[in-house]
Amino acid sequence: MPTFVKRLLFAVLVIVVLLGLNAMLSTQGLFGFGLDDYYARLLTFIGINIILAVSLNLINGFTGQFSIGHAGFMAIGAYVSAYLTVYHAPNWEPALAGVVGADAAHVLIFVVAILAGGLATALAGLVVGIPSLRLRGDYLAIVTLGFAEIIRIVILNIDKVGGATGLTVPGYTNFVWVGIFAVITIVVVHNIVRSDTGRALVSIREDELAAEAMGINTTRYKVLSFVISSAFAGIAGVLFAHYNKFLSTADFTFLRSFEIIIMIVLGGMGSITGAILGAAVITILPEALRQLPTIALFGQEFNFADLRLVIYAALLIVIMLTRPQGVLGTREFGMSWLRRAQKRPAGDEAVGASPGVPIAERDATKNDPVKEVENK
Amino acid sequence: MDTFVQQLINGLTIGSIYALLALGYTMVYGILRLINFAHGDIYMVGAFAGYFIAHGLGFAAQPSILGFGITLLGSMLVAALIGMAIERFAYRPVRKYARMTTLITAIGVSLLLENLGVVIFGGAPRSFPQLLENQNYTLFGNAAISKSQILIFSVSIALMLLLQWIIYRTKVGTAMRAVSFNLNSAKLMGINTNLIIAFTFALGSALAAAGGVLTAQYNPQIYPLMGIITGLKAFVAAVLGGIGNIPGAVLGGLLIGAAETFVVGYGQSVGIPSTYRDAVAFSILILVLLFRPAGLLGSTVQEKV
Repeated sequence: MPTFVKRLLFAVLVIVVLLGLNAMLSTQGLFGFGLDDYYARLLTFIGINIILAVSLNLINGFTGQFSIGHAGFMAIGAYVSAYLTVYHAPNWEPALAGVVGADAAHVLIFVVAILAGGLATALAGLVVGIPSLRLRGDYLAIVTLGFAEIIRIVILNIDKVGGATGLTVPGYTNFVWVGIFAVITIVVVHNIVRSDTGRALVSIREDELAAEAMGINTTRYKVLSFVISSAFAGIAGVLFAHYNKFLSTADFTFLRSFEIIIMIVLGGMGSITGAILGAAVITILPEALRQLPTIALFGQEFNFADLRLVIYAALLIVIMLTRPQGVLGTREFGMSWLRRAQKRPAGDEAVGASPGVPIAERDATKNDPVKEVENK
Repeated sequence: MDTFVQQLINGLTIGSIYALLALGYTMVYGILRLINFAHGDIYMVGAFAGYFIAHGLGFAAQPSILGFGITLLGSMLVAALIGMAIERFAYRPVRKYARMTTLITAIGVSLLLENLGVVIFGGAPRSFPQLLENQNYTLFGNAAISKSQILIFSVSIALMLLLQWIIYRTKVGTAMRAVSFNLNSAKLMGINTNLIIAFTFALGSALAAAGGVLTAQYNPQIYPLMGIITGLKAFVAAVLGGIGNIPGAVLGGLLIGAAETFVVGYGQSVGIPSTYRDAVAFSILILVLLFRPAGLLGSTVQEKV
């Protein structure tokens, strides 16, 4: 079967699954089997977090640049699209509905909003990335944090989009949109990583000087991954804004950025499936914790979900101390794992059956003795 | 002119606090090349430690210089111990790993301190006891300077001079400078680098705690998240002055404090609302990193491959 047919079938399969899930999540359910609104909400947020985590993984995990301002880009996407849907869509939609019908108009408006949000954020990523990516890791972290804060403060001061009181936004998102864009994000990032560009990015992560010496224009590739990553963050922001139906800058503080960081650290920076895993776990964790009985501490009743920030922080430290590469490291969970499991015959465990540590993972945690002897 | 002097006084007051914190950042970066994200939270811990010491030892009821002094020293001691504990348990095990790992660990420690603070102390602000009667003095006409501001200036200057003395006139200080120059060579020279690093953390944390107590005197509201923004601004101050450079940290702190106050004070007439206060420090950071990444007093280090 030619490749493009395979890919087309894959896309169709994805859409069918998503529509099916969406039908299941609605009140009637699919063939009588339905999940209630709570799960719909959870799945939608998992989807949004997947987009955020996978896109951040592109810059943090694959390119090795430490950016902790992702929430700022999310905010840009959210607010730009919200501005369109709140102030302009009510004028455009009826006019458009007259031409193509109400449903199509609804969809088109949202597509326009998403594109606008994504483009605006990509532009912001360019503006932020070009000066910052000349800096080394530690500085880049602070600069991205600073930029995210500046963005947040500037948005806070624009009264047209609600300022401090927040902005009410029409609801366009549903699970299907989130699912489609989650899949798009994963496919795009996967394709980038498996391409020449991806190899350049990984080489920058492994040793920037060597990459530069090999003729790779590191700044260009760093900015590229930064822009792509922020564009997807913006799209996630659009989806979030139109699902939450209410926007306030309090949703886009550095706490949000740290949550995304924890997702990819947990899953393994440098692994797309790791990012998906991390996103799912961190989204579900507060809900799961809520089920636990409350605990009395320091004279107050605590639900474990309130303690979740302490838990995240402790988790982050513990992961860094014990397994810095996260659950999956730079490996992907995929078909090759199952194939490996099949190949190994039952009684052969002792004869070095483990596949060995891949080179990339070997390097991630050990200090390079050659680099340590620096001349000052 | 009066407003200018007033703004200058207020700016330098905040600047002194930033300077105290920036010193901690710069010292730790100098020896470990690590940005201690948790430093701002040590500042918060110092303020809370001071709060509990003041209430516990009864100084809150009776304001006095002695009470203030003991609170200050007590909180500095507590913070020094906590700083050393953080270094020993969170930073030392990951020192051998890649830079990003230590950075993430630092972020984790920072988050942990903040949220433990919220859980233990509650998010609502508490009022730090006034340990000295407040009084305003007039200066140069209409500019007012309060007793707590004078206190901040004098204590900060005293602590900075003490730090200068420690670093340039004692054996420990020489060891610190050696370790910041080249860790491995310092080890070869027989310096117990682990001890020196712990000492540096203790020193930096003590200064941060002093900053916390002084700020609490000036602006009595303390809350667990107070260290975040102040810590970040102090880091910007350290970068502005040249990270790793001690006089630079002081200069940077004073400049950021003054800049912030002037922008907020005069900005209103130009149309910049005072809510942009926090953006000033970050904008300065971006400008510095764009045009002079080594900082004002820093020297550019040639990177050898």
